[in-house]
Amino acid sequence: MAEGNCNDALHELYHFLDGELTDDRRTRIQHHLDDCPPCYEAFDFEVELRTVIAKRCQETVPEDLKQRIADAIDHEVLHPPAL
Amino acid sequence: MADQATFVEQAMPFMSSLYAAALRMTRNAADAEDLVQETYLKAYRGFGGFEEGTNLKAWLYRILTNTYINTYRAKKRRPEESDLDDVEDLYLYRRLGGLEIAGLGRSAEDDLLESYTDDEVKSALESLPEQFRMAVLLADVEGFSYKEIAEILDIPIGTVMSRLHRGRKGLQKKLWEFAVERGLVA
Repeated sequence: MAEGNCNDALHELYHFLDGELTDDRRTRIQHHLDDCPPCYEAFDFEVELRTVIAKRCQETVPEDLKQRIADAIDHEVLHPPAL
Repeated sequence: MADQATFVEQAMPFMSSLYAAALRMTRNAADAEDLVQETYLKAYRGFGGFEEGTNLKAWLYRILTNTYINTYRAKKRRPEESDLDDVEDLYLYRRLGGLEIAGLGRSAEDDLLESYTDDEVKSALESLPEQFRMAVLLADVEGFSYKEIAEILDIPIGTVMSRLHRGRKGLQKKLWEFAVERGLVA
């Protein structure tokens, strides 16, 4: 595989993973990845990294916060602020 | 026009992702809780201006972000770096690729990624200067598109892309440092 294709693919790696490429560019990169194990591995690593980042950054909302918000909205419903 | 009566049903499902984002922004649980509560109240009051059928999550994030910028950023507890060292693309991958990790074979990279704890990833993200942190959070944790991020942060799409590019590299550099500190890689 010509090195130029690898450079193009790596250059557009994030746009590809972010779903921000035109169908045409996307298909072209997909074809390159099918033929080029080193690029495929780099892409695969970035996909895995992103999955890990999103998974590790989840939070559970404290119950008392849920209650506070529900109460605050109930209060607004009953006593709308004067305009 | 959206009906306030449907607000709770429509907006509440986004609370855990808004809370997670608030924690990354404020880096402080008490401020994050106040920020989320304030966001929901503002959103409720302004819900009449939300256009039904458009992206409610992005609309809520825009309120969250504006509230954060206008209120909480002023009372920051930690001094904020605004710059980020520029490092090479694919920073983490290239470093791992150059390693011989004994006995681990081809999936060594995946094993390393899986070994990162919640605290490490959160702290790596929180170590980024604010402008980069927000972009990476919105894209990589919340999955917003460039256009949505541009609207939420009120910046041009080109700026979204450059902040994301540098922010992601900065995050990878921090993750690499954690791996080195833990002795996972040498």
